[in-house]
Amino acid sequence: MLLIYCPYCEEERSELEFRNAGDAHIVRPTNIAEISDEEFEEFFFLRQNPKGLIFERWRHIHGCGRFFNAARDTVSDRFYTTYKAGEPKPDVAAILKGEQDKGAAR
Amino acid sequence: MADLATATRKSALTARGGFSEVVLTPAPAASRLSLRAGADALPGLSAALGVTLPTRAKTSASKGKRHALWLGPDEWLVIDEGEADLMAAAAKSGALHSAVDVSHRNVAVVVSGPGAEVAINSGCPQDLSLAIFPVGACSRTIFGKVEIVLLRIAEDTFRVECWRSFSPYVFGMLSEGAADAGH
Ligand SMILES: [Zn+2]
Repeated sequence: MLLIYCPYCEEERSELEFRNAGDAHIVRPTNIAEISDEEFEEFFFLRQNPKGLIFERWRHIHGCGRFFNAARDTVSDRFYTTYKAGEPKPDVAAILKGEQDKGAAR
Repeated sequence: MADLATATRKSALTARGGFSEVVLTPAPAASRLSLRAGADALPGLSAALGVTLPTRAKTSASKGKRHALWLGPDEWLVIDEGEADLMAAAAKSGALHSAVDVSHRNVAVVVSGPGAEVAINSGCPQDLSLAIFPVGACSRTIFGKVEIVLLRIAEDTFRVECWRSFSPYVFGMLSEGAADAGH
């Protein structure tokens, strides 16, 4: 069973209590009524679908109910870190460096 | 040579009888409040409800027949086993909040006995050992296919709250878990 750390419950819980909620740090344009169809498509539909590190929104839907953000690896399914909604995006280089160091220690 | 696994035949109605390790009791009617409020409203609401709304995850507060269960950072389930009018009490707080009377949305099953943990863990992925989920701990979580709210009221006793229409499913699953707890 995959365990996910909820930053609000401050505890690891089973994946069964969570739902994925798409990419994180997508900012809604403040002038949403004025943007072109192409710009709207870009904001609303188009995503990178990267292989490896991705920043996502997750919701602890069958727990505290809160949305939070996570840095996850799309290949290994490993959660690098989770953090509360509204907190700044963690530094990618630092996350990957931390993983390398852990790998080296193994 | 590897040992062969053997299955023991079990009657379809095995789980409908009594169990040696677990007692399942439908809880009597209670009044319940789904409460949402910001941090600044908590002192007023706590005073009005007569129970201090907990602010730490997975904790509850109880006074007599009244319980306040932390569900999320701004969300609580308040239960009064004496069927007191919780809506009226919250309204007197004078603090900004959202309260919905869910007395009849939920029903509860009291699960007790030495096999209570095992019976609930038959469908719930949370660690219910005493060190991690002590007496007074509470949590919204999942049980089989449905959402429940758990409250540990004694070392060997839990209150399982679920939505009314899910209750036959929850009671049936708990019965299966209880039957297996003896093995
Ligand atoms: Zn949570």
